[in-house]
Amino acid sequence: MAACQNRYAYGMRLRVLFFGVLRDRFGQEEQLQQFPGHTVADLLRYYRAVAPELDQLWGTLAVAVNQQYAAASLQLQQDDEVALLPPVSGGAGCVRKHAG
Amino acid sequence: MQVELVRDRIDTQAITDRLKVGEDGAVTVFDGIVRNNTRGRQTLYLDYTAHESMALREMGELADEAIARFGVRDVAMVHRLGRLEIGETSILIAVASAHRGVTFAACRWLIDTLKKQVPIWKQEFFVDGAVWAPGEPFPAELQVVSSHGTP
Repeated sequence: MAACQNRYAYGMRLRVLFFGVLRDRFGQEEQLQQFPGHTVADLLRYYRAVAPELDQLWGTLAVAVNQQYAAASLQLQQDDEVALLPPVSGGAGCVRKHAG
Repeated sequence: MQVELVRDRIDTQAITDRLKVGEDGAVTVFDGIVRNNTRGRQTLYLDYTAHESMALREMGELADEAIARFGVRDVAMVHRLGRLEIGETSILIAVASAHRGVTFAACRWLIDTLKKQVPIWKQEFFVDGAVWAPGEPFPAELQVVSSHGTP
């Protein structure tokens, strides 16, 4: 793993966007001035510790970094925009798993 | 190719008319509308929000992929955001081509794929409260946790 390429001595600055049900808990966005982690997985771990009550939702999220879906291992960079995305429900009609 | 997020009423007829050219033999239209109930519970209205810049990019990529994959001539895809009343159009997908087989297939693929991976969320308002619609699980390759262990 190509870890630690983007290490900032005092953590990095990130803009974090929240969507769907996460907005009820975190609002629309948050600026992290000194995020101490390195990867997408680190950021998820950070928020999961803040809101463990959201429980199994944490296992269903996708994350977008600068508007692109990102893997857990992706190294974050200074000033990245990171969006935490619950399962999406656009389009129309019912969610299939609940239908019928 | 028309790919848009809008806040006003979607004009299905105008979008479909704009899409057609003389070489087309078929236009398949999917007009997704707000239903008056969710799992038997009476719905008052819906509110759609999106990660707008990302949703537009994703929708554009899906339209490109539909044209490449199914060989259709052109695609229009318009999603409305904000508050929508019962019976109003939330999503319009129109696919034009010389023959109908590929337009049906491409239209179906576009709505099915949009519902799984375009970052748009629906909040449902009922007489006695509101809920975020649960959504379909992300495809495994987009979900962050499952393939990499619990963070």
